[in-house]
Amino acid sequence: MTLSSVSIALTGSGGAGVMTAGQILLDAAAKAGFYGLMGRTLGPQIRGGESAALLRLATGPVDGPDDGYDILLAFDWGNIERFQDELPLNTGGLIIADPHQGAVPDIMLTGDDIRTAMVPFHDLAKPIAGGRVNMVGLGLIAALIGLDPAFLLDRVARQLAGKGEAALEASRAALAAGAAAAADIAGVSPLAAPAPRTGDRWSITGNDAAGLGAIQGGVRFCAAYPITPATDILEWLAPNLPKVGGTLVQCEDELASINMIIGSSFGGTPSLTATSGPGLALMTESLGLAVASETPVVVVNVQRGGPSTGIPTKSEQADLNIAVNGLHGDAPHVVTAPLSIGDCLFTTQWSVHLAEAMQTAVIVLSDQTLGQSRAIIDPPADLAFVGKRRVPERIEAPYERYAVTADGVSPMALPGQEGGAYTGDGLEHDPVGHPSTQTAHHQAQLDKRRRKVEGFDYGDHWAEVDGDPDADIAIVTWGSTAAPAREAMARARALGFKVRLVAVRLIHPVPVDRLRYALSGVSRVLVVEQNHDGQYWRHLRAHMDLPGTVAALHRPGPVGLRPREILARLQSQ
Amino acid sequence: MDAVVAKPQSFKSDLKPVWCPGCGDFAVLSAITRTLTELGLPPREVALISGIGCSSRLPAYTSVYGFHGVHGRALPLASGLKLARPDLTVLSVGGDGDGFSIGGNHFVHACRRNVDLTYIVMDNSVYGMTKGQASPTTEADWTGSKLTPEGPGLAPFRPLEMALSSGASFIARAFSGDPLELTRQLCAAIEHRGFSFVHVLSPCVTYRPEQKGWRARVHGSFEAPTADRREAFLRLLDDDGFATGILYQGRETPFQPTAQATAPVAALGAQFAV
Ligand SMILES: Cc1ncc(C[n+]2csc(CCOP(=O)(O)OP(=O)(O)O)c2C)c(N)n1
Ligand code: SF4
Repeated sequence: MTLSSVSIALTGSGGAGVMTAGQILLDAAAKAGFYGLMGRTLGPQIRGGESAALLRLATGPVDGPDDGYDILLAFDWGNIERFQDELPLNTGGLIIADPHQGAVPDIMLTGDDIRTAMVPFHDLAKPIAGGRVNMVGLGLIAALIGLDPAFLLDRVARQLAGKGEAALEASRAALAAGAAAAADIAGVSPLAAPAPRTGDRWSITGNDAAGLGAIQGGVRFCAAYPITPATDILEWLAPNLPKVGGTLVQCEDELASINMIIGSSFGGTPSLTATSGPGLALMTESLGLAVASETPVVVVNVQRGGPSTGIPTKSEQADLNIAVNGLHGDAPHVVTAPLSIGDCLFTTQWSVHLAEAMQTAVIVLSDQTLGQSRAIIDPPADLAFVGKRRVPERIEAPYERYAVTADGVSPMALPGQEGGAYTGDGLEHDPVGHPSTQTAHHQAQLDKRRRKVEGFDYGDHWAEVDGDPDADIAIVTWGSTAAPAREAMARARALGFKVRLVAVRLIHPVPVDRLRYALSGVSRVLVVEQNHDGQYWRHLRAHMDLPGTVAALHRPGPVGLRPREILARLQSQ
Repeated sequence: MDAVVAKPQSFKSDLKPVWCPGCGDFAVLSAITRTLTELGLPPREVALISGIGCSSRLPAYTSVYGFHGVHGRALPLASGLKLARPDLTVLSVGGDGDGFSIGGNHFVHACRRNVDLTYIVMDNSVYGMTKGQASPTTEADWTGSKLTPEGPGLAPFRPLEMALSSGASFIARAFSGDPLELTRQLCAAIEHRGFSFVHVLSPCVTYRPEQKGWRARVHGSFEAPTADRREAFLRLLDDDGFATGILYQGRETPFQPTAQATAPVAALGAQFAV
């Protein structure tokens, strides 16, 4: 028997090199023609401490984890009780551990038909000069799943580039020792052979994808204040923006970063910042300024467990409320959410386009699961979305920066443009931009700002709609939860259920008509998300009546929703 | 100046200021428009950025590009604009509450960052717009506010010392009642390459009417600008808060990262290929 997907968790304390091993395995599998992804879980320690590389390798594209792991390789058991709940094993799962690290802890053996295999990784690595246990482990895993070790060696060689032949030889020997040890472990089905590769594949994290989407969308200025798990976006943009003539500046805080990008955008440069919950909270006053002054900005908010400092290193989808409702006053703006790791590119690029086209603030709700997981994907198609602002061609006096137009968008003069000088203002204003407290001006400007975002043609990108057109039940979900929802739907359909999936990219404004159309004919709706309070479910209910019986499946992080949970709810609803 | 490019009036908008008659900020507005005229800058290439407060209303009273942001955040907004558009002349204006209280963190970091822009603070030692509360530069024993009836009880900030210790490369103080000196300083500040801070004593005649007496207290005792930080610190140790003139002008390199594109956008994806 061969498998179409295998899930592997590598765990160990700092120094065991599980992240390095995981990335080598993922990229080697990609070279061999597999798809896959790798998430990670880290303890609270700044350096070292327990960590786990969470891999899934498959013959076709995958964008989320399976219910559990088929193989768990533990180089040691340091602090396993702190994150054991993030490492569920599939029925019949195999635990591979080093006997010198003690017996397999009982808490790891609670699943069904769990098997164990003891492999003395440290003893196997010891006789090899410079041999490392993580390489022994990699050799073992590759042999078990049927991955040609040549691909591993190729990736190891890249990693060791410049470290000399001896280092490479040590790795080669360690991989071979691991492969030999695999012969003693029976009952693991290898992966089926992948379809032959036709072109390049990409190995990319959601955060890097968001950075690339930003640049492709036209962003040339970024102001940055570090915060986990958003920092990677900023760190990717720092060396890459200058390559295209852009700039990234590190600021003193998020109040500065949001205002810096409002300033650069006022000057005509498409601008973005990235942050996480606490930073978004600090930015909300100024996001209102961007809305009122009609200055386009994009904030990528990579959600982590909240509230307050919460669980900074782990994922949750609990910033929807603040992203949608955090601004004071009536402040229409746009909130989007990427639907997979690779989609962080599209959604960010699209969001830059939306911000520039509507001259407003767009918040992208990514999360730690999307941002810090790495996926093997087919290179994305070139996208037509490049931010384009409506700028007046000829200016007649008096220039009305906030002219009340049919679609609500007013041509925006840029500094340097003759005759276009105006004062951008967060004070309510008349069409020219002069401060005004008059009822009529306030009404007209509120109306136009709402018209802009509600009348905009978001096209087909508002959601991914998939599944059976004649289904009686639909899953409605958003963000990273789209991945387990897709898989739950696939399993349900394999069991003969008809299911429809609406994975929504446009969170706000709620695309009421499109949603209604996408849900037409269903009599049951299941709203799925990863937060305690059911934020999206409440948000939808505030804006529209969902058809038929509505149920909500929502629970907090840090463990992501699994296909099994969603499938069970589909079957019981 | 031989060719007069624009008259001061051409830098003023037709909007009538909301300020109280006699407010010091009128003279600052006039000095700014006069300065822009003297420097012969095309109005379309100047941007005036402010936060919130009476003084922060100033941009709309000019005919240049302006941005009236939120309370305390003028400096990052101005910095973002200048960093993205180094071709523009960027000025930032506001009050002592805006700049030293809610925006205090940005003030010290803007000094340190040394972006080539000019920051003009109209200091009246009071929150004018919110009707007369103590600001970070209010005297410890000022009992004029219902919010602090016994006086704030705190020693006032010394903004020039803050600017110097934070790395500002141009530091001056002027009195709004001496528009010629103010204009002279503003010209020098704008021509200076780097972050220039001009501290303007600008009376609030409504909530601090006693400030009408400032004319008698100011004295032009900063000698010619020094480029020596030790000398500047020594001068500040003796400063009673009413010395005017250009205190310090250093040669620190302004912060202006600029990059020439070296790759087409389409080439960036290659780094992810496996
Ligand atoms: C976040 C926020 N907090 C408080 C206020 C209220 N507020 C408006 S102006 C101001 C103080 C202004 O004082 P200053 O900057 O010294 O300017 P002045 O009015 O004296 O020129 C305050 C507290 C506000 N607008 N925003
Ligand atoms: S309250 Fe004071 S600062 Fe404000 S306008 Fe009146 S005099 Fe000027």
